[in-house]
Amino acid sequence: MAREPVLSFTERGLYCPAGDFYIDPWRPVDRALITHGHSDHARSGHRAYLATHAALPVMRHRLGQISAEGLTFGETRQIGGALVSFHPAGHVPGSAQIRVEVGGEVWVVSGDYKLEEDGLSEPFTPVRCDTFITECTFGLPAFHWQPQAVVARQIADWWAANRAAGRISVLGAYGLGKAQRLMAALAAQGLPGPIATHGAIEVTTEILRNQGYALPPTQPVSLQKPDASCLVIAPPSALGSAWARKLGPVSEAFASGWMALRGVRRRRGPGTGFIVSDHADWPGLNRAIAETGASRIFATHGYTTAFQKWLAHQGYDAGIVSTEWQGETQDPETPT
Amino acid sequence: MKAFAALFEALDATTKTSAKTAALSAYFTAAPAQDRVWTIALLSGKRPKRAATSTELRNWAAEEAGLPLWLVEETYPIVGDLAETIALILPPPRLQTDRSLTEWITLLADLTGKDKDTRRAGILAAWDGLRPTERFLFNKLITGGFRMGVSRGLMTRALAAASGIEDSVIAHRLMGNWTPAETSYEQLISPEDDAASSSRPYPFALASALEGGPDALGPVEDWAAEWKWDGIRAQVIARPGAFALWSRGEELITDSFPELGILSRSLPKGTVIDAEIVAWGDAGLQPFASLQKRIGRKTVSKKLLAEAPVRLIAYDLLEDGGRDLRQSPYATRRAGLDRIVSSLPPGAPLIASPLLEARDWAALAKKRAEARDHLAEGLMLKRRTAPYHLGRKRGDWWKWKLDPYSVDAVMIYAQSGHGRRATLFTDFTFALRDGNDLVPFAKAYSGLTDAEFREITAWVKANTLEKFGPVRRVPPELVFELAFEGIQESARHKSGIALRFPRMLRWRRDKPASEIDSLDSLRALLKAAHSPPRP
Ligand SMILES: [Zn+2]
Ligand SMILES: [Zn+2]
Repeated sequence: MAREPVLSFTERGLYCPAGDFYIDPWRPVDRALITHGHSDHARSGHRAYLATHAALPVMRHRLGQISAEGLTFGETRQIGGALVSFHPAGHVPGSAQIRVEVGGEVWVVSGDYKLEEDGLSEPFTPVRCDTFITECTFGLPAFHWQPQAVVARQIADWWAANRAAGRISVLGAYGLGKAQRLMAALAAQGLPGPIATHGAIEVTTEILRNQGYALPPTQPVSLQKPDASCLVIAPPSALGSAWARKLGPVSEAFASGWMALRGVRRRRGPGTGFIVSDHADWPGLNRAIAETGASRIFATHGYTTAFQKWLAHQGYDAGIVSTEWQGETQDPETPT
Repeated sequence: MKAFAALFEALDATTKTSAKTAALSAYFTAAPAQDRVWTIALLSGKRPKRAATSTELRNWAAEEAGLPLWLVEETYPIVGDLAETIALILPPPRLQTDRSLTEWITLLADLTGKDKDTRRAGILAAWDGLRPTERFLFNKLITGGFRMGVSRGLMTRALAAASGIEDSVIAHRLMGNWTPAETSYEQLISPEDDAASSSRPYPFALASALEGGPDALGPVEDWAAEWKWDGIRAQVIARPGAFALWSRGEELITDSFPELGILSRSLPKGTVIDAEIVAWGDAGLQPFASLQKRIGRKTVSKKLLAEAPVRLIAYDLLEDGGRDLRQSPYATRRAGLDRIVSSLPPGAPLIASPLLEARDWAALAKKRAEARDHLAEGLMLKRRTAPYHLGRKRGDWWKWKLDPYSVDAVMIYAQSGHGRRATLFTDFTFALRDGNDLVPFAKAYSGLTDAEFREITAWVKANTLEKFGPVRRVPPELVFELAFEGIQESARHKSGIALRFPRMLRWRRDKPASEIDSLDSLRALLKAAHSPPRP
């Protein structure tokens, strides 16, 4: 007898018929389970939201008045015929994979994830399941990340060199997750100077700091004009802008997994690129998938065609979920 | 290799000419001498003998990384460069091999021609000892195509700064077919000239495109005007004991045009002429298409010689009686050219490009409008007092081309770009209407802004009908105005027509696909283009 699948792929997004809810839907629905607060996953207009307690403050800030409930990592909740729980995805603070169990069959939706501990996000934990829906933003074998500490050292050296040359260091990084993770990693090495923030970065940083995440002190650029000793963290869109020019003589850099590609570095124009991502690299994706023990994998959110073919080649029952998620895949300038 | 990799990274991280020149002159001062020679050679487009084919490199890298070949093929268009793709997919190096650029090149030269297993082992061992940037550069040594954002002029200036030799001397020395393995850095920068220079060409002076019009150029009397001929720009060298024909790409093409060899006897010794090779039949000048049969041929059959003969139309005189004339004003050089051409025996395959007289700019504009009738692309304007510049220097030489032909066509395939534009769809195939069908007729990849390419990329991704490797078939909806410089018949193209230099003029958001041009409109252009030229 053919059973209804635990999750189906609808035009509003991933849907669980047994529990009558959606996961990271992109059109308004009655009940949405949200993996994390990035704008391509947490959209506005849903009647009720369910996410981790840790993800909610940023979501409330970004989405305004929402009716939302929080769960602790690992806490289970029965919704109709489905048992759901949230598990750390290691992507950004509060980010989760969502486990859905119906009639003994387990599916896990990865959301965005990375395997390396960044010292801030709750570390990724593999969840055993039958079917795993995985992102594959960097699902090609060209992507191999270096340890965060190595990149943090490169950034600190660049910062110190700029300081010596009398230039302010301006580092472009996504406002939720990447920016704070880099602050924490730099602080762990001993800061060569004060960290200043663009307004958009400061807001999220302040929210996470109030949640209890350990972040070094930052000073908003709007309150105190930075000097050459400062590292200014700004959204990628601020690089090369009038805002950056007003700071005085600057040296700009962009921190992103896409900086691994020379073509993308050059397309962004001059400046330094630091290769650091909040998504899993090629070995990371493969390891995460193996550790779920799942026999069926759906690829989404990235180089799905090639990645699905690769998984099939590895003996998995592999498919693709096409989404309206645009995320980091499409254009390095779009924040996720 | 470390110094070379550091140079590469410094050049890659900036677009500022001053920063690039500084990085280069620092390198030319400090790097091992023979590495400098190789760097100059690589930046001038020379490369070592090929130790492996792209296919071999791809296969070996896939095996070494434990990846199926198709996955490497899928990764390549995203990365945009094969050498970089291979550098990125390989497992991290287990060793640190510290060799100079020259040592690596020597190693590659030693591998060249060896059996496959030896070459494979040599290259795998190299990969295992290089960091990613060095590995990428090592691969580039094999695949060729170093693009480091360094123009010839910039490199010449940096070399001049590092050596104290004047840049015109260095530029001249870098011309022609010197081989890095047999050249020392001292030779390249020595103040004295050597014997081997007798057939060496001068750097070509280049014109800038005149946008808008000639109003800002001052009185018309200050300018010499001539047709911009549609052929192959070439330099004729007639020196004691040497006769040579060089293309603008610095290829020695003497043997490809044997009918011009007769000039070695009639041109006075110590003459260098800047000219255009054009197709020339019984009826006189022929369209560029006739010349195409001759392009790229190393040897020429009697039959082809009879079918598609060529001639030189001379523009300028660079050396007269062995004296470098490039600093003399154009008017002086032109007078010398006329004197030499008039001394040639009747029927010599070299004529002087006629100067076009005009009372005012309006009269010259009228002449320009007739360019197609003369099989020319437009006009060349040269300031009468100007020297023969090194490369492109804005202000003294202008090409005032005809407005290009244009058609409105619809995009039917899109392919991602390379390098800087690897993540964008930038290479499009276009179709025209032919009855009820759409017939592909041209490819183009330039002419739009990055913002437009981004927007089209999003559209392509959302509207893909089929994927063939890196190519996407899309619904025929987006209309573009394409410009092109010339048109000719082609049996190889489905449309029966081939365009010269097609490019996108603009994205016609205002036009639905139902209003694109038909293939018939192109056929009409083709007819017009090939009617015999008016005398
Ligand atoms: Zn995402
Ligand atoms: Zn995300």
